[in-house]
Amino acid sequence: MSAEQSRVQLMQGNEACVEGALTAGCRFYAGYPITPSTEIAELMSERLPRLGGKFIQMEDEIGSMAAVIGASLGGLKAMTATSGPGFSLKQENIGFAALTEVPCVIVDVQRVGPSSGQPTSPAQGDVMQARWGTHGDHPAVVLCPWSVRETFDLTVRAFNLAEALRTPVILISDEVVAHMREKVVLPEPSELKVVDRPRPTVPPAAYKPYGPAPGDEGRDDYVPPMADFGSGYRYHVTGLFHGEDGFPTGDGEKSAALLRRINAKVEHRRADIVQVEREALDDAEVVVVAYGSTARSALRAVRDARAQGIKAGLLRLITLWPFADEAVREVAGRAKVLIVPEMNLGQMSREVERAAHGAARVVPVSRVDNELFTPDEILARIREEA
Amino acid sequence: MPDLQTYFRTEHMPTIWCAGCGHGIVLGAVLRAIDRLGLDKDRVAIVSGIGCASRAPGYLDFNTLHTTHGRALAFATGLKMARPELKVVAVVGDGDLAAIGGNHFIHAARRNIDIATVCFNNEIYGMTSGQYSPMTPTTKLATTAPYGNLERNFDLCELAKAAGATFVARGAAYYARTLSGLIEQAIKHKGFSLVEAVSQCPTYYGRRNKLGAGADMLEWQRTHAVTAEKATGLSREEMADRFIIGKLYEAEAPEYGEEYGKLIERLKGGR
Repeated sequence: MSAEQSRVQLMQGNEACVEGALTAGCRFYAGYPITPSTEIAELMSERLPRLGGKFIQMEDEIGSMAAVIGASLGGLKAMTATSGPGFSLKQENIGFAALTEVPCVIVDVQRVGPSSGQPTSPAQGDVMQARWGTHGDHPAVVLCPWSVRETFDLTVRAFNLAEALRTPVILISDEVVAHMREKVVLPEPSELKVVDRPRPTVPPAAYKPYGPAPGDEGRDDYVPPMADFGSGYRYHVTGLFHGEDGFPTGDGEKSAALLRRINAKVEHRRADIVQVEREALDDAEVVVVAYGSTARSALRAVRDARAQGIKAGLLRLITLWPFADEAVREVAGRAKVLIVPEMNLGQMSREVERAAHGAARVVPVSRVDNELFTPDEILARIREEA
Repeated sequence: MPDLQTYFRTEHMPTIWCAGCGHGIVLGAVLRAIDRLGLDKDRVAIVSGIGCASRAPGYLDFNTLHTTHGRALAFATGLKMARPELKVVAVVGDGDLAAIGGNHFIHAARRNIDIATVCFNNEIYGMTSGQYSPMTPTTKLATTAPYGNLERNFDLCELAKAAGATFVARGAAYYARTLSGLIEQAIKHKGFSLVEAVSQCPTYYGRRNKLGAGADMLEWQRTHAVTAEKATGLSREEMADRFIIGKLYEAEAPEYGEEYGKLIERLKGGR
């Protein structure tokens, strides 16, 4: 058996998520059991203490999110995983992490909702909640894998973005991607880039927890250096609007500057954050825009359509938020029609329509009967629209 | 007399607390306890939730964390696990701890994680101007109990003990020195500790219930707090509106963080 062969593994999406997290340096996990994400917690409980990390099963979803933020403030890379009902419960503290700029990763393995819905069936109904789930204007970075290997890669990326941007990052998977087993060869740790949060270089007396690092003065989108609690930098963290010194302020200008900056720090880096995959788009007249497990069926449908002489292509969204406006606009400028299959009632199709801005017709295709799209179903829509 | 000024971020004062509020006295008792223990400010984290009491960390020169309503102990749990060397003190109100944070409270106690919790109990939601809390006595008036509170209130200390806390005490703002001693013991104790600090809210509780100003409410504490020994000699009727102060319970039990540390060591040895 060659070295390459010996690295081949049969792995589930949720397992790949754990491998990615540990490779990225995650050393704290807090969670609460919920289908279909539970394997992540189970595996973390086994792996983390062996690496000197910590796992805790909290009393509820809200507490899990809180513990993750607390551990991150203590300097550990931290994550939690959940599914729809638990994702709803975590929202307030996700907003806290966004405003206080505490890096963390939240995995949402989507199942059918609302409410308890269908716990063991796939859906894509949380994509808008991932964007707007917590109250107030806040940044959102949401990554969506379509395979086991990509679950690994995007989990690493989720940690890297969370650390680099000091913001919560959501990995939005679904029941199919999470429970499917695929043959994977994971990269060696040396092949991967692992990012750590910026930490202060100034002495404690000069530290402003929400002020710019030396060299970033004057920028309106800076990521402030973050000190670990207990490292000698005594500072205040509050979910109230705060000034650069971290203390609550009622000053409208300071409040606005904070709100604009935490959004700008993501928005201004969208070129680095937004990832898409393009398949057969050069001359495509009918383009399928898809993400997650739906994109797997879409790819097959596009290939089948090509075999039948139809100029079809696929734009796969890897980053859901910030939305891939530029890529959609570019595709819409050349295509006749954009087909958006989703396991929801058309949440992302409205975003596609907004970005296409009338340049191409947008056709939403919904499936909400607990089943995946089949390639033939999508192919049929391609043939109709061609 | 310790110089408490060194523990305050005086540039962010005065506090938001009303005239006559007991929270300043309770906070002073916390700081005197920390001072007597000689703790390094860098090694202390003060974690709070939402409410009047929870604004305290903003005035204190430690690692301070003002979280979401009810969640102080859950945040504190993550922080303590990440940084076991920190002394973590949770500063919370009665609504924060006993209502919205009740679940985190009983489970932090059950785990016996080394967090000292000081509950500033003014028996009302002060920040939102006077709604009844799980600590508001039956029949008392609140903006959401205009005909008198129908609900029964918790005995927070009994609750903590039943849930697994290994140090439980109650003090009162009037008996500030005793209170500070209890907080000192709580911080020193290894495991989950609760000190219920009976405080007063003249603005939103005292006024509505005709209990007078802050000083009158302190006087009420003086005359209604009894020691456990004295309480044994009093009838049930005599104890009806009195409350016991002092150390109520102490036990030794494995501390969660230490047990986790042992697990990590055991796994290192390949077992």
